Amino acid sequence: MTQRRKYDVIIIGSGPGGVAAAMAAKQTGAEHVIIIERDIEAGGILLQCIHNGFGLENLGEDLPGPTYAQKYIEQARELGVEFMLETMVLDVTPERKVFATNKYEGVIELEAGAIVLSMGCRERTRAQIQLPGSRPAGVYTAGTAQRWVNIEGYMPGKNFVILGSGDIGMIMARRLTFEGANVERVLEIMPYLSGLSRNYVQCLLDFDIPLQLQHTVNRIIGNDRVEAIESVRVDEQFKPIPGSQEIIPCDTLLLSVGLIPENELSKKAGVRLDTRIGGPIVDDEYQTSVSGIFAAGNVVHVYDLADWVTQAGFRAGAAAAKYAMGKLTKKNRTITTSGGSHVRYVIPYSINPDNLKEHEIPLQLRVSQPIESPVRVVVRAGEKEITRKNEMYARPGEMISIILQEKHYDSIMHTDELVVDIIER
Amino acid sequence: MKSFDIIIIGAGVIGASIARYLSRYNFSILLIDKESDVGMGTSSANSALVHAGYDAVAGTLKAKMNVAASPLWDDFAGELHIPFKRCGDFVVAIGDKEAQKLDALLERGQKNGVPGLRIVPRDELIQHEPLINPAATAALWAPTGGICDPFAATLAAAESAVQNGVKLLLNTRFEDFIMEQDRVIGIVTNHGEFRANWVINAAGLFADAVMHKVGVRPEFKITPRKGEYFIIDRMELALNTVLFPVPSEISKGILVTATMHENTLIGPNAQNQLDKSDKEVTHDGMDEVWHGAQKLIPSLNKRHVIATYAGLRAGGNASTPDPSVDYHNDFVIEIPAEVKGFVNLGGIESPGLTSAPAIALYVIDLLKDHGVKFEERADWNPIRQSRPKFGHLSTKEQKALIEKDPRYGRIICRCEMITEGEIVAEIHGPIPAVNYDAIKRRTWLGTGRCQGGFDMPLVTEILARELNLAPTQISKKGEGSEFLYRRTKQVENPA
Repeated sequence: MTQRRKYDVIIIGSGPGGVAAAMAAKQTGAEHVIIIERDIEAGGILLQCIHNGFGLENLGEDLPGPTYAQKYIEQARELGVEFMLETMVLDVTPERKVFATNKYEGVIELEAGAIVLSMGCRERTRAQIQLPGSRPAGVYTAGTAQRWVNIEGYMPGKNFVILGSGDIGMIMARRLTFEGANVERVLEIMPYLSGLSRNYVQCLLDFDIPLQLQHTVNRIIGNDRVEAIESVRVDEQFKPIPGSQEIIPCDTLLLSVGLIPENELSKKAGVRLDTRIGGPIVDDEYQTSVSGIFAAGNVVHVYDLADWVTQAGFRAGAAAAKYAMGKLTKKNRTITTSGGSHVRYVIPYSINPDNLKEHEIPLQLRVSQPIESPVRVVVRAGEKEITRKNEMYARPGEMISIILQEKHYDSIMHTDELVVDIIER
Repeated sequence: MKSFDIIIIGAGVIGASIARYLSRYNFSILLIDKESDVGMGTSSANSALVHAGYDAVAGTLKAKMNVAASPLWDDFAGELHIPFKRCGDFVVAIGDKEAQKLDALLERGQKNGVPGLRIVPRDELIQHEPLINPAATAALWAPTGGICDPFAATLAAAESAVQNGVKLLLNTRFEDFIMEQDRVIGIVTNHGEFRANWVINAAGLFADAVMHKVGVRPEFKITPRKGEYFIIDRMELALNTVLFPVPSEISKGILVTATMHENTLIGPNAQNQLDKSDKEVTHDGMDEVWHGAQKLIPSLNKRHVIATYAGLRAGGNASTPDPSVDYHNDFVIEIPAEVKGFVNLGGIESPGLTSAPAIALYVIDLLKDHGVKFEERADWNPIRQSRPKFGHLSTKEQKALIEKDPRYGRIICRCEMITEGEIVAEIHGPIPAVNYDAIKRRTWLGTGRCQGGFDMPLVTEILARELNLAPTQISKKGEGSEFLYRRTKQVENPA
């Protein structure tokens, strides 16, 4: 139950970003910090991610999702963070009022000194990719299937086809195989993998599950339950190639066709969004276009690793606490960022160079097309190179990070824009 | 054998409306449907419009029913609490050539007796709908046109009927008539035989098969005509009215309209087919609908599509009763001379939903003409109460509702803000919702951006709990569409 109506920092969502933000807010000095979570326990989607691979970056340990979540939740509780569970936020206003509801207290109105939005993301659906065919039972997003198997303990099918090589899809291919189901194959419309290469190796290759690139579902067949899907090969423009259709009998089609930052509440709060990516336009402290409203994690852009979401949460939570206490570094200058050659987007959208005196600023980016040869990542101000790093390849499924440090302060001080290029070596 | 005064075959919007209007009188009535819920055919997959009546050919039954029904909708929707809004509609002309065609439509509408029609200039159209194609030149404005929730209309009419004593049997398939010479005296179904003085054919897509069983209109044929649709996220696009293109010979064309759920609906195309169950959406169909709709709203963005679906129109081939009118796809609403005890309906395609209350009253008139005595019931209740919709309430009302029943405080569907309280109320409603789609149609849960991805496991759990079933018995839309197979940690083929 809530102790009060006014909080220094209110955090919406208890996934890795939200919990880290709450911890950092407390550690920075905010007195009253609360996380509002809609599920019956804290942790967000990590709770259904029972596979390993969490914590390698932040903890030097290889943990399952729930264990990783629990480590941070325990620390947050020790720091005195309040958790309000089973509570859905209905509305957030630009004046930082939060309306929420639960079955114990009804509709609750809270006020915040600062808000951190950490609602995560949702999965793209069948409708969003306009999959043709009938509408039977047995078409689920990979995440829904993951919840059914890992949380509820039920199998949503026997014979699966998975559309999309996103990480959740590949991880579910392995998980379903463990549970005795047959995963016929994974289809991917792009000419390259959309998830992490390590998941391809550990979840598909190791279990002999075929991956067909440049293939998609042409038609869903079956009236009550999926009976089969028709697959088809596509050309460079993603148009079906006539004659390449194949009927694949199955009872379930899982979709792992992308994630979209979940920003309905952000819109209600008047937060400006990047229409390409779907997340709020944030600065290097993850403050949105609405003063005092911050955003961290997959709600901004979809990360590959929960560890990085945790790091974003720490940054956003500390800044939110400072804002609530009136101690946020004044913005004397704003430098915008943008993606140059081969770069689809750069997060954050702008930086305050004065912050470099206190901490590093990572620039996070994704390429628009895979480059399977060594590349150089270059940050430049006009023609002047600020910093660079080398990578062995650049793939859309794998985020690239390049760090700005205090030593770069002088060289960027007089620029208005930083551009990040990816150049083949 | 159970015996009734009247049996109605088909619980779509037409059958349900006839049942509801007949329930006012002292008859014992049986309403049957082969599906697991009411309104599973055309009634739950259409354009959700209440047409003004300028479109139907003058002198046809379609025109007569449409124009008679339009003013009835205020009471029909008011008494039954059907979501309905008379927002008006435009027929939008793009370019000068199309603008000339508006006059013919205006004239036809005036001949049909549609009130308030007028041609509006471009500027007035843009004032109403700023997103309209800037190449629009003029429009026909019909202030009496409107939008409704068609499944809600069907359910509300059926619930009103049930509350007034009509017996509803679902999963009950008509198989044959029981005859005594040239008189229908009952029907055979998969659940046994039922006697009746009158049997009404409201079988929608299957009306031809029903009437052929009794030897009526052997040449009548329903040709399912598929229409595909998109739904656009209300956060991305909002319209105020219904926007039609200038119609072609065969169809009213691909329209773009506001809906009662505040999303935007676009469609339908028109594809004749043989299969009465094929409701697949297709590549070609979706392309056709998209391009058609872009003619009206050029800024449409495919990224904002949240749902696609298709419905089948029950198009018939009957000529208009008045031989001087040359029209061959009219409604059939008749008591045929060759059979006694049989009211025959067929070809009730658009504007069938709009016409539902007028068709019901017309059927009553036909029965009166055939000597049926109508005696009003003293205890008839015209009002059907709707159940609370949490998302539509003020904060104060929400608080009061949760205080009474805390389950209204638990949101199950985050996109549409549907609570556990609403779901439980539908599971135990007058016509119980016993599967996922039935709850979806009643509450609009799972129809938003995430298309049920979040709520499906939760609804499955609630259904299982309330119906005292195992989660593996919970289905999307009845037997054969169960979501789950078995528990985890069990082997697939135990020895």
